[in-house]
Parts: sequence; structure tokens; C-alpha cells
Amino acid sequence: MVFESLSEKLQNALGKLKGRGKLTEKDVDLAMREVKLALLEADVNFKVVKKFIKDVKERAVGSEVMESLTPGQQVVKIVNEELTSLMGEKESKLEFSSTPPTVVLMCGLQGAGKTTTAGKLANLLKKQNKRPLLVACDVYRPAAIKQLQVVGEKVDVPVFSMGDKNNPVDIAKAAVEHGKRNGNDLIIIDTAGRLHIDENLMDELEGIKNGVNPNEILLVVDSMTGQDAVTVAETFNDRLGITGVVLTKLDGDARGGAALSIRSVTGKPIKYVGMGEKLDELRSFHPDRMASRILGMGDVLSLIEKAEESFDAKKAMELEKKIRSQQFTFDDFLDQLDQMKNLGPLDQILGMIPGVNSKQLKNLNVDEKEIVKIEAIIKSMTKEERNDPSIINSSRRKRIAQGSGTSVPEVNRLLKQFKETKKMMKRFTDVEKTMKKKGKLGLPFF
Amino acid sequence: MFKFFKKSKKNEDENIKEDIQKEEVEEENKYEEGLEEKELDKSDESNNGSEIEGKKEDFFTKLKKGLSKTRQGVTEKIDSILKSYGKIDDDLFDELEEVLITADVGVNTTMEVIDNLKKQAKEQKIKEANDIRELLKEEIEGTLKKVEDSKIDRKLNIDPSPAIILVVGVNGAGKTTTIGKMAWNLKQEGKKVLIAAGDTFRAAAIEQLEEWANRADVNLVAHKEGADPAAVIYDGIQAAKARKSDVLICDTAGRLHNKKNLMNELNKIFRVVEREYPEASKEVLLVVDATTGQNAILQAKVFKEVCDITGVVLTKLDGTAKGGVVIALQSELNVPVKLIGVGEGIDDLQPFDTKSFIEALIG
Ligand SMILES: Nc1nc2c(ncn2[C@@H]2O[C@H](COP(=O)(O)OP(=O)(O)OP(=O)(O)O)[C@@H](O)[C@H]2O)c(=O)[nH]1
Ligand SMILES: Nc1nc2c(ncn2[C@@H]2O[C@H](COP(=O)(O)OP(=O)(O)OP(=O)(O)O)[C@@H](O)[C@H]2O)c(=O)[nH]1
Ligand SMILES: [Mg+2]
Ligand SMILES: [Mg+2]
Repeated sequence: MVFESLSEKLQNALGKLKGRGKLTEKDVDLAMREVKLALLEADVNFKVVKKFIKDVKERAVGSEVMESLTPGQQVVKIVNEELTSLMGEKESKLEFSSTPPTVVLMCGLQGAGKTTTAGKLANLLKKQNKRPLLVACDVYRPAAIKQLQVVGEKVDVPVFSMGDKNNPVDIAKAAVEHGKRNGNDLIIIDTAGRLHIDENLMDELEGIKNGVNPNEILLVVDSMTGQDAVTVAETFNDRLGITGVVLTKLDGDARGGAALSIRSVTGKPIKYVGMGEKLDELRSFHPDRMASRILGMGDVLSLIEKAEESFDAKKAMELEKKIRSQQFTFDDFLDQLDQMKNLGPLDQILGMIPGVNSKQLKNLNVDEKEIVKIEAIIKSMTKEERNDPSIINSSRRKRIAQGSGTSVPEVNRLLKQFKETKKMMKRFTDVEKTMKKKGKLGLPFF
Repeated sequence: MFKFFKKSKKNEDENIKEDIQKEEVEEENKYEEGLEEKELDKSDESNNGSEIEGKKEDFFTKLKKGLSKTRQGVTEKIDSILKSYGKIDDDLFDELEEVLITADVGVNTTMEVIDNLKKQAKEQKIKEANDIRELLKEEIEGTLKKVEDSKIDRKLNIDPSPAIILVVGVNGAGKTTTIGKMAWNLKQEGKKVLIAAGDTFRAAAIEQLEEWANRADVNLVAHKEGADPAAVIYDGIQAAKARKSDVLICDTAGRLHNKKNLMNELNKIFRVVEREYPEASKEVLLVVDATTGQNAILQAKVFKEVCDITGVVLTKLDGTAKGGVVIALQSELNVPVKLIGVGEGIDDLQPFDTKSFIEALIG
């Protein structure tokens, strides 16, 4: 990744500031410059950034820095909260008409992903027992109708088309009639890509809207869109009164600041996100994830919060003692696994620890299946074995493997890793001690 | 560390699935088989010279027209800012910064330009806001010059014949459309053009290209949906050789640059081209949607690594009020923008010209 993550930057900018207390205006100004750049680099519109910074600044100056956070983390927390709330509702669903059919109109710029998303939507809602009909209203682009037909075939949804010689308004109207006759309770209209400045084609969309009274008008936006996303969304919204947004190609590495821009200028919810070319890769929208993505820092803050909530302080203290004295047992480890499951992705927990290079952790992912196996192995050990793994001889290994439905080599591997981890933990506790001295967050893990 | 760390992102897992789906049908070394060529023989006489003349004449008007939105956007804003400030101060620079950033010039480039501008203004003791316009223009031109100076030709590298043009880019950027336009332009120049349908993945991608081949009145080599794209390109090369085509243009499926498997697939296509057609002049064009923000730079970087792009086509410039991404691309990447797309019509592809672009951008 080209961009250094915001939390790293803030760590650098505010890291020098020791101690706790209130955030001063100077801290906040310093931080806001970084926040501004991060948002701009994420393609959030300049005007939106300006307003956002102003609001956040007002809230941040003078606010108390939480005990467990550094000033930098405190700023991230505020920024993240504001951004998340700006991002709107989680998982807004489609509005279905009380008198079927529900009509959904797809619109957007060229190549945004309208046709693909129409197919994905049909696929998704079909699984929820709707009977969708796809409608081919792009009469301009070469093979646009054929594309929708292929897509329809793949998801096994009928496609209504009248070729490319008819007016899209007429096609849409006829399609709704056709749908009513054939018991389709959901009609999804695919339209041609068009520029927001193309008066004729914008008129055409308005014509379709007036002709079929859609329940949903979804603006499909490419998540890679730059500063112009604002103008595009504003124009489509002004002309049509869109009801929601679908953000596509989020499987890419664009930070997706357009999402924030669009949300803040139209006030309309992001209803779905496209996560791939395949027709089952449509997901619901999570404002918190999007906020973190725009800020370029994963779910760091929500993890900080979760960590605070879910870590039993007393247990953590005990554990720390054990780690220090190397008394850490398999039982403690099982405990940690449980806590970890409440916490979320391990790589991000590790990434939160100052000094751990988050870049190196980028590709790490916790393999849930492995965790299940490890749990099974530990649970097949006797109390004694868990306390003192050194007594586990080969016949015990065989028994544990059988009891846990794993193999002896797998048990061996765990034992070896456990030993190594204990050694490593010693090193980490040393790091932790220094961190504590600096007044930074020190999370026990493992 | 415990082994439940996997060295793979969820994304890649999905990629693998996707790849399997894409490559299921792949049968290595069966390049000769399944060749399902579409002959689209049309009379060559249908186009007359006057059309070409007309096109050349109104190039600048076209460009200006194409960029007219850009022009209004940036120029007017700069104008009104410069007017509203008598003297130079920090706020003025802030506002200029805003104009550039909102034009997708890119955060890095903008900061560079503004910093230089400040320095220059100080050195030359410029006090009046209005006097800064020339400086700003020079600054932007200077940024673009980095590419200009390295003497990279903006002409397509298709001489001498035979030539091959590989067209790559992220999803929906405008690759297929650009190929249609390019085929038409080259045909107008009297070249014998052949197109290969290397996007075997997207629904109706082949039919879309077929329609463009029809419009441009050139031949097409295509396999069925789901075929190995490298095999299509291989067949395209053999066909181009057999028919003594001047230019073979290859379409490829849209792919996001962070998808390893799809980028590997592209690299394989690239290697087929290198291996099978060493005698050909090569042009690898990255197609970038002008409405793209900062991600354009990342795209260009990765595609350059994977298939050594030699030029950029910036599409949909008719729509954006900006086009600043040109500057970001040129300054942060040593690859010239060679062509611009200014509409969906067959003649809406224009050569890119730095000077007139800056003229149009800043005035
Ligand atoms: N990776 C990825 N690709 C997507 C996604 N959604 C759409 N695409 C791809 O983007 C390209 C354009 O998608 P289309 O559905 O044809 O876009 P459109 O808006 O209908 O395009 P026009 O009709 O030409 O305006 C295709 O290659 C799609 O496969 C997504 O969520 N992720
Ligand atoms: N306004 C405008 N639209 C364009 C331009 N170039 C392409 N388009 C449109 O953009 C959309 C996508 O173009 P395609 O050529 O299908 O893009 P692609 O890169 O081949 O897409 P995939 O193969 O799906 O990745 C189509 O609706 C084109 O008509 C342009 O210069 N201006
Ligand atoms: Mg479409
Ligand atoms: Mg294409």
C-alpha cells in the first residue's frame, strides 16, 4: 500500500505527546492535517473534507483522552465515530411495495456496474423467494442486451427485452405490464450508462421514472471514483430523487472516499456493496467498516473498544503475571482463544500494538478451522497435561490425537508451537513493559 | 507463531475460485483448436477521404469541446480565486490547493505544485495574486514535462508493421470501446487491422467486441466464452501473421490490479505476445477511466509491473469536470498518456497533447 495508515501517521504526529488529560487545540490541529490528507487521499471530496474537519475539530478540542488511549488513538476514535455516523444506517434493505410488483431502477455512469449489479440483486432476492424480472433498457451500448440476457441466464431469472429499436421508456412500461401478467413481484430495470451532464439521457431516465414509478432508484457508483463523485451523485439525485446507492468494485484496493462524499451530499443510504464480478458477490453495507477503510486503518478502533469491554481486567492481570513467570498453561491458552473469538481478527489486534508493523501483518489471517482443531486438541488433554505439557509422552499424544479427531503430528505441532510461543511471549512482555512506561496501550494477548 | 495464521487474504481465496472458474476451460497447448473465427468481410471502399480531413481539422475544437467541462471547472475557479485576492497570502494557496485536489490532480502532486509555487512566488517576489497564474501554468506544465523531456513519443508504437496492441485495465474502464474506436482510426489511416477477443470471461464481452469490429469494419478472432484468453491471443497472432495484418489489437478482460491470479493471467498473455510475436512493434495500453481518483496511480503502477505498459488511454474525459488525473499519472509515473476518449461514438478517440491539454485546463 502506498499510503501510510492514518493511525500510524497520527502515532507519529502525536506520539511525542506524553501523558493524558485533555486534547489541546494544538494537538487537534496537528492531527487534523493528517486526517485531512488521509481523507483526500481516499478521494473524499474536498468540500466534504473541509466540513467534516470543522465538525470533528469542534468535538475533539478539550475532550478527555481516555485512560487507555494515547492522544493519537483518542483522535482516531473521535474521527472514526463521526465518520461512521455520517456513513448512515447499517444494512438498509430495499423497500418492497405493498402492492407488488416492486420496481427497482438502476442508473449511473458508464461502466459503473449497473448490469452486473442488476443480476446480483436478482440473484440475491430470488433466494429470498422473490420472483424477479430483469429488464433490458440499455438500447445503446453494443451487446448490452445480450449481456443482461447472459447474466439473467446465469442466475436463472427471466429477462424482458424488446430489442434496441424501441424507446427505453416504452420498454420499461411494457416490462412492468409483462411482469404483472407473469407473476413477477420484483422488476429490476437495467439502463444505459450515461453522463450526469447528458441532458437528453437524463431526461430519458426521468421519463422512465415517471412511466413506471419505481419503488427504488439505485445509483450505482464505482468505488474508485474520484472527486467528481459529488457532482455525479448530486445531479442524479436532483433529477431523479434516488433512494439509495450501490458501491461497486469494493474488492479492489480503492479507499472508497466517494462513499462518504455521496452520502454527505445526497443523504441517501448505501444499500449494497459489490465485492466481485461474480453474481453472488453483493454484500450489505457496514458503515463502520467503510469508515475504517476510508481512514485506511482496518477496524482498529472498534477493536480497541472491544478489547476494553471484553477483557476481564482481573483475569488479564493474572495472565500477565503468569506470562512473566512463564507459568502460562494450556488452560490459559484456551481462555485466551475464547477471548480472542470475542475480539475479532487477530492480525488487527496485533496491529494495534504500537511498534508492531501493521504492514507485515497485512496478509495474515486467522484460520478459524485451525482454531477449532487446536481447541479440540487442548480439550482432549487431562487437567495435568494442560498444566504441565512436558508430561505428554507418546502414548498420551496418541490418546489426545484420537480424542480430538486429529493426528499425532498435529498434536506434536501444537506442543512445539506452544513451547515456542511461551518463549516469544517472554519477549513480548519485555516490549510491553517498555510500552507501559511510555504510557501506551498494552494489551495482553495469548 | 501458531499456524492458524494463513498467508492469504480472503480476497485471494475468492480470486482462486474465480481463477478456477476462469481457467476451468483452459486447455494448455491447444491453441490451434477451437478457433472459431468470425469473418466480417465488408467492403473496404465505404469510407472516403473527406471524412479523414474533416476529423483532422476539428481536432482542437474536439479536444476543447471534450475538455470544455474541465476548462470551466478549473479555469473559472482559478480565475475567480485570483480575482478575489488582491495580494498573495496563505489562504490563496489553500484555495488553489483545493482547486487542484478537486480536479483529481492527486494529493502528492498538488502538494508538490503548491509548494513549488510558494517558493517561486517568494523568490521572484511576486505580490499580486494575478501574477501567479503564469507560474501556476508553468508549474503544471513542468510537472507534465517530466514525461515530455524523457522524449517518450505519444504516437502509438505501431511502426513498422506488423504491430500488436495489447489493451488492459480495470473493470469497466472502456477497453473494448477504445479498441473499437482505435480499429476504426487505424483503418482510416489505411492499415489492415485485426482484433482478438481476449475477454472470454465477462458476459457478452465477445459479442460487444464483435459489434465494434462490425462498425469499424475489421476482422475478429474469437473463441467461445470461458476459453483460455492466452490461447485466443495466440490464435490472433497466428492469424495476423497469416494475413499479414498491420495491426493486431487484443482485448482483455477487466481486472482489478490487486487480484493476483488475474494479474498472473495477464502476465501469461503478455508472455505469449513476447514469445510468439517478437518481430512485432509492441504497444501495451492501460485504459484508465478519467473519473477515477487516487486509485488510478496504483492501477498504473501494478499494470506497469505486470505487463510493461507503454501508454495510457484516458477515457470518459467528456464527462468529468476535471481530468486532473492526467497530471497525477504523468508526474508520478513515467508512462505517457497517448489517447483520450471523449465520447461513446466511434470517432471519439483523440490523441493526447500536453500543450493543448494544459491550455484547455488552465487557459
Ligand atoms: N471486481 C468487480 N468488478 C465488477 C463489480 N461490479 C461490476 N464489475 C465489473 O465491471 C465491469 C462493468 O460492469 P457492467 O455491469 O457492465 O457495468 P454497467 O454500469 O452496466 O456498464 P454500461 O452499461 O456500459 O454503462 C464489468 O467488467 C463487471 O464485471 C464488482 O463489484 N467488482
Ligand atoms: N462518455 C464516455 N463513455 C465511454 C467512453 N469510453 C467508453 N465509454 C463507455 O464506458 C462503458 C464501459 O466501456 P467498455 O468498453 O465496455 O469497458 P471495458 O473496459 O471493456 O469493460 P470490461 O470489459 O467490462 O472491463 C460503456 O458504456 C462505454 O460506452 C468515453 O470516452 N466517454
Ligand atoms: Mg450495462
Ligand atoms: Mg471489455
